[in-house]
Amino acid sequence: MTTTGAGLTGRAERADALIWAARPHRTLWRDAFDRLIANRLAIVGGVIILIFALMAILAPIISPYPYDRIDYGAISQYPTWTGKYPLGTDLVGRDMLSRLIWGAQVSMAVGLGAQVIVFLIGVPIGALAGYAGGKIDAIVMRFVDVMYAFPQLLFVILIMTALGRGFQNIFIAIGVTGWVTLSRLTRAEFLALRERDFVLAARAAGAGPWRLISRHLLPNALSPIIVALTFGIPQAIFTEAALSFIGIGIPDPRPSWGKMAGEYQQYITSYWYMSIFPTILIALLMLSFTFFGDGLRDALDPRTRRSK
Amino acid sequence: MAHYIARRLLMIIPTLIAISLITFVIMHATPGSPLQPMAANANPLPPSAQQALARKYGLDKPYWEQYLHYLRNIFTLDFGMSYQYQTREVKEIIWRTFPVSLHLGAMAMALAILVGIPFGVLAAINQNGPIDYAARVLATLGVSVPNFILALFLIVGFVLLLPVIPRTGGWESPIDWVLPTIALSLGPIGIIARYTRASMVEVMGQDFIRTAYAKGLAERQVILRHVLKNGLIPPLTILGPMFAAIGTGSPFVEKIFRVPGMGRFFVDSLISRDYPMIMAVILLYGAFLALMNLLVDVLYGVVDPRIRLG
Repeated sequence: MTTTGAGLTGRAERADALIWAARPHRTLWRDAFDRLIANRLAIVGGVIILIFALMAILAPIISPYPYDRIDYGAISQYPTWTGKYPLGTDLVGRDMLSRLIWGAQVSMAVGLGAQVIVFLIGVPIGALAGYAGGKIDAIVMRFVDVMYAFPQLLFVILIMTALGRGFQNIFIAIGVTGWVTLSRLTRAEFLALRERDFVLAARAAGAGPWRLISRHLLPNALSPIIVALTFGIPQAIFTEAALSFIGIGIPDPRPSWGKMAGEYQQYITSYWYMSIFPTILIALLMLSFTFFGDGLRDALDPRTRRSK
Repeated sequence: MAHYIARRLLMIIPTLIAISLITFVIMHATPGSPLQPMAANANPLPPSAQQALARKYGLDKPYWEQYLHYLRNIFTLDFGMSYQYQTREVKEIIWRTFPVSLHLGAMAMALAILVGIPFGVLAAINQNGPIDYAARVLATLGVSVPNFILALFLIVGFVLLLPVIPRTGGWESPIDWVLPTIALSLGPIGIIARYTRASMVEVMGQDFIRTAYAKGLAERQVILRHVLKNGLIPPLTILGPMFAAIGTGSPFVEKIFRVPGMGRFFVDSLISRDYPMIMAVILLYGAFLALMNLLVDVLYGVVDPRIRLG
């Protein structure tokens, strides 16, 4: 897969060098990047993600008011599009625009942060099962099967109510339930790679289990893992929004788009904008990550390009 | 076949026991107790009252005893009394709310199949044409936008802007069923359309399809007789888990449209730590999911004789 030419010797390497001299050197990642750039939808998704990310990082600077500033003189004001409160105010007189900007922090942090936990739990377990095989594999996979039989969203709700509301608890809940798919994927990749010749060669050259996993198996299984993580991001954003929607997510007074949508959905017939603005943002961000993930998958694995 | 089904049915039991054990551990290993619920307006009870309540519900016994007791009762389908509605049995609550969720789920599922499969087929036939493009946009929207968000958009669209539906909420007349069904089915429509298209495209590239064209069959006949027959098997596999997911109700859709189904009850019971309700709902869901997977596997063997169950 990689084109570094390592492992080739003598004449073969010279021939290789000649071929590579004829055109610029390209790596798998460079190729994937070019393919990603060529995908218009993925680029649009990427740009929107970038805008939201900037919004999250710069929230303290660009938001006109603090998210919890209450203006009793302007309660439930409709959007005016200009002036003091361009997107209106909520039921207790807080600026909608400021709350929406701050809400980006929660969605971005949960989307990206939860994947770190999913990665840290899912990959080692999958790697262990796939590398060790035999009894360990059987035990781990039985456990994974049971986890699969759980309704994931109900399980997350269960954990959240057990741990209580809170920012870090959302990470834990999503991480604890989200690793299953990733560990299954890692295991399948490892099982397939383990039988390949280059792994046998590395083993013959005296590589120990740790070196085999970190230098040979994991790098080759990386692109499907990255793709799975990318698709996990909108999933995590959805989970946070859903938890906050039913009132067991981010604690007050911090705004989250899901919470805003949930709190104000019962007033939708009188104040439509209060719940519709945050839902548009959630939908937009999730769509962007999905498009970006689609593009990334096609870029990293050209074989799947045709069928989808 | 009967042997296979019996074995699979038996295997559901250990899975359910494992699920109940994990649920039990999560419920009890974490801080908080049903005696002092996290609800904002709950009053802390005096210690003597707490002890009396704990004795009444058996919460003063060691955990392993509580669990074994629960397990024994379940085999006689006794799910215990609900903590939040103290005069009502869990069984009775589920008996009343589950059919509502099932009704909503079945309607959404039917709509998803009736719209999703034709959409996928049309998209595959007109590859890269306008219908394909529209199907792809709809599928992506349906898959990646959560149903509670779609529900809010539907309310704004069809109740406020374009008053086709007079009201939202309730479950009395069929007019109340329209929006929740659509909100719940858009995601599944997208998934079914995507799967159908992918599998149709794959079948259309096979040799026997070329042969069918070569022997002079009209396109319509090739599609109906050869492509559809083979292309519809993969989408079949996702229908089971999908129905299990929406057939038990979506807490969000049920909350927004005030549908008196099980999903809404589940969230309420979690927040007030109604242990018997939580257990019962999770077990019911697990059993439903397992049964649906079994049904799909059996159907799979019926549709495609090459697949042997064993």
